[in-house]
Amino acid sequence: MTRFLVRRLLTAVLTLFAVSVLSFLMFFGLPRDPVSGMCPKNCNAERLERVREELGLRDPLPEQYANYMKGIVTGRDLGSSQGGRCDAPCLGYSYVNSEAVTDTLTRVVPVTLSIVIPAAVLWLVLGVGLGMISALRRGTLLDRLAIGFSLAGASMQLYFVGAVLLLIFTYNLRITPTPSYTSIFDNPVKWASGLVLAWICLAFLFSAIYARLSRAQMLETLSEDFVRTARAKGVVKRKVYGRHALRAAITPIVTIAGLDVGSALGGTVITETTFGIQGLGRTAVDAVRAGDLPTIMATVLISAVFIVVANIVVDLLYAAIDPRVRLR
Amino acid sequence: MGRSETVPSGEPDRPEVPEQRTGEGPYLQVRDLRVRFDTEDGVVKAVDGVSFAVERGRTLGIVGESGSGKSVTSLAVLGLHNAKRATITGEISVGGRQLIGLPEEEVRRLRGRDMAMIFQDPLSALHPYYTVGKQIAEAYRVHHPRAGKREARTRAVDMLGRVGIPQPAKRFDQYPHEFSGGMRQRAMIAMALVNDPDLLIADEPTTALDVTVQAQILDLLSDLQDEFRSAIILITHDLGVVSQVADDVLVMYGGRAVEHGSVEQVLRRPQHPYTWGLLSSVPSLHGDADADLVPIKGNPPSLINLPSGCAFHPRCRYADRNGDRSRTEVPELRAAGEAGHLVACHLPAEERTRLYQQDIAQVGVAR
Repeated sequence: MTRFLVRRLLTAVLTLFAVSVLSFLMFFGLPRDPVSGMCPKNCNAERLERVREELGLRDPLPEQYANYMKGIVTGRDLGSSQGGRCDAPCLGYSYVNSEAVTDTLTRVVPVTLSIVIPAAVLWLVLGVGLGMISALRRGTLLDRLAIGFSLAGASMQLYFVGAVLLLIFTYNLRITPTPSYTSIFDNPVKWASGLVLAWICLAFLFSAIYARLSRAQMLETLSEDFVRTARAKGVVKRKVYGRHALRAAITPIVTIAGLDVGSALGGTVITETTFGIQGLGRTAVDAVRAGDLPTIMATVLISAVFIVVANIVVDLLYAAIDPRVRLR
Repeated sequence: MGRSETVPSGEPDRPEVPEQRTGEGPYLQVRDLRVRFDTEDGVVKAVDGVSFAVERGRTLGIVGESGSGKSVTSLAVLGLHNAKRATITGEISVGGRQLIGLPEEEVRRLRGRDMAMIFQDPLSALHPYYTVGKQIAEAYRVHHPRAGKREARTRAVDMLGRVGIPQPAKRFDQYPHEFSGGMRQRAMIAMALVNDPDLLIADEPTTALDVTVQAQILDLLSDLQDEFRSAIILITHDLGVVSQVADDVLVMYGGRAVEHGSVEQVLRRPQHPYTWGLLSSVPSLHGDADADLVPIKGNPPSLINLPSGCAFHPRCRYADRNGDRSRTEVPELRAAGEAGHLVACHLPAEERTRLYQQDIAQVGVAR
């Protein structure tokens, strides 16, 4: 177990290293002048030259990369125009946002976490629950309703559902306030009410997929021999489903859920845009539009971190569910 | 499996075996069992009017090709068919209790306690995520709600030892994938016997196992039967297994019984051309090594569109001898000379005997 964790963490670091090298090469190694995007207005040749100097763009690429990584691990000095000393983990300075990239991230990452994690809990409970019920009530009206629901969910677009939700709950019924982000530590009620529409919207679309998936999984598991064995032993139905079938049916769902949550944490651009909330996804898109290289680099890296962590969590869960999986 | 001890050889009248006559009759009595499934393609008549009985301490072998209805019959006895999809009629009486029409909850209480089942492939029949011991203990606790964890564990370890698993206390905590095939089937048997069931149904218990392990498992079943005196139904397509352990044999074809009698009668003096076919397609150790095996031509019939008349007629080489009757009239299961020997065939009895002597008797496990 410990050995497994150490090994997985080492692979994780290697993966992240590879991602950072690749994205650094892509963004900083391309012939496009990174500076033009960082200094949008009132730039004269002299100032551009100074910025290039400050960013270290005159140095060879490997040295630039080494400096960047050093900044993440130990922090570094960026010069007076970039806010001076930048503590670890230093991800550089964004001229577009006029702040250290780390500061931007500490502001927007909690926003995305606040959107994705409660939504994920909702969609898993709703989706898996619905899928299980319709598998057990196969062929009934309930099953057909659930299938209809998931068909609708799977074929709809986020911005459409989001707009409809906003129209109904915020503008017509005035039940929910205009979506906004408040820290959960400042005001949990305001935090929840400001994000609830985003949760419902994301959960609706995702739970549709999970309902279909878990229904299919459960139906497959119910025809397994070991389920018949449990019934042949005289185990009561509730336990045949709950203890014998569910645990086996849930395994593949764990994998997919891990990947979905991991990639959603990397940014939910459409949700954030639909509800006008500034999270990681929108920040990344804005940075790409503005050519804000330090911010782009940072958002790519942090998304990679989320995916890698989600994968480790999936592996651990897998081992906890299935004894045949040995963590070595 | 009581073989020679309980079956007097050349028994004149089997139902009169004295020690089984305890006044209550056979432990399991099935009469005119019919199991149908409504599917989109039509009604599948998986079992179409089958009757048999098994007494305590005796073993009935049910033989037939895939799709002949043997497994469906056994699942019906245990009440394991989905009530929404299967229509079951007839009589199934276990220990004097009529199962058909009994509420599901009451049948559940009998399952695993009075009647238990051993499945074909122990790897897929055991839950991969729970330890073997836990699964056996669960079977015990379902029917002994007052038993604590420790009692169930002691009982499960005891059973693991009884079925010949070494170091049962250690094996208790292992998972099915850590067992070998033979050990898994032993564990499966331990699980089926943990509540001392009076009726044990073994559905091809040795098919998924090595030949060397097969014999051990059959011996184990035999020994346990002597110990527990349960009635056993052994479902198989392996006539060798039947001749080894069964007292009586029921041959099924297309969901119907075509021949029924003692092992001696059915395997040595078979009366139905289908049984002849089964026997001829089995290699014999004692026969001519160069003799070709004779397969039964054609395929098992569709259970949705069973051939008219005798379901076996399209594959029967003697069907023409009966004129149109083969195609128009379903043969009834009738006494075939010896007491207790029943056969469903249009051929006259003397002709059957003659044909068997002339065409078949030189091959097969019959000798």
